[in-house]
Amino acid sequence: MERKTKINAEDGRQDLVITREFDLPLELLFRAYVEPEIVEQWMGTRVLKLENKKHGGYRFETSDPQGNVVFQANGTIHEFVPDSKITRTFEMENAPFGVQLEFLEFEKLTDETSLLSIHTVFRSNALRDQLLQLPFAQGINMAHNRLQEIVSKLM
Amino acid sequence: MNLRRDVFQAIADPTRRAILLLVATQSMTAGAIAANFDTARPTVSKHLQILTECQLIEPEQNGREIHYHLNPKKMKEIADFIEPFRDIWDERFNKLESVMKKYKTKK
Repeated sequence: MERKTKINAEDGRQDLVITREFDLPLELLFRAYVEPEIVEQWMGTRVLKLENKKHGGYRFETSDPQGNVVFQANGTIHEFVPDSKITRTFEMENAPFGVQLEFLEFEKLTDETSLLSIHTVFRSNALRDQLLQLPFAQGINMAHNRLQEIVSKLM
Repeated sequence: MNLRRDVFQAIADPTRRAILLLVATQSMTAGAIAANFDTARPTVSKHLQILTECQLIEPEQNGREIHYHLNPKKMKEIADFIEPFRDIWDERFNKLESVMKKYKTKK
């Protein structure tokens, strides 16, 4: 499948922009962000709270099959304009990245396609780069664990 | 002949990638880094030399010891480096798209 997501993270800056074109009408794309049961399906997390309005807030939580909480995030909604934009904060709990400010913009391209752009601002360039590095480091970790499994079977 | 080091070659080696991971969270001496590997100490030194030449890690004099730490700026220059992050979002958005297509046909 063609990958349509683009990340723009310029060197030395403390923000990044994620853009993606969807084969979905704008209304459906926006619904995917506001209806808790839909958010749960594609984010793979439980939605504890989602108040789609100015001064509203949200909370997500993910547990592993054993029931241990592995991911918790929350934020406050600052601006909510249906089919157009959401401005909110995002904070991953128990993680060293701090609070981020997110500007989500939803745009109609054609009747059947739409564009989403997420502009995320971090407190510092170092924090942004740390978050960008996370999946890379996890990838190495996973490769390492696999290697360890193979080696331990040989011994 | 002094060949210029290639950063992609530097991260292509699994031991060097493991070293990058080790020094990503804290500065470490060559000895402490070498303790994580079964490879001979001079081999680890060679890896550190290559990583330093590529500026992926930076040596820092700390009293009598030299500590190595990750140079995130240089790491960022590696295009591949951002790929795993992009992959995560791409997968997530693919999921969103397929979920919403179902909602579309339901109507």
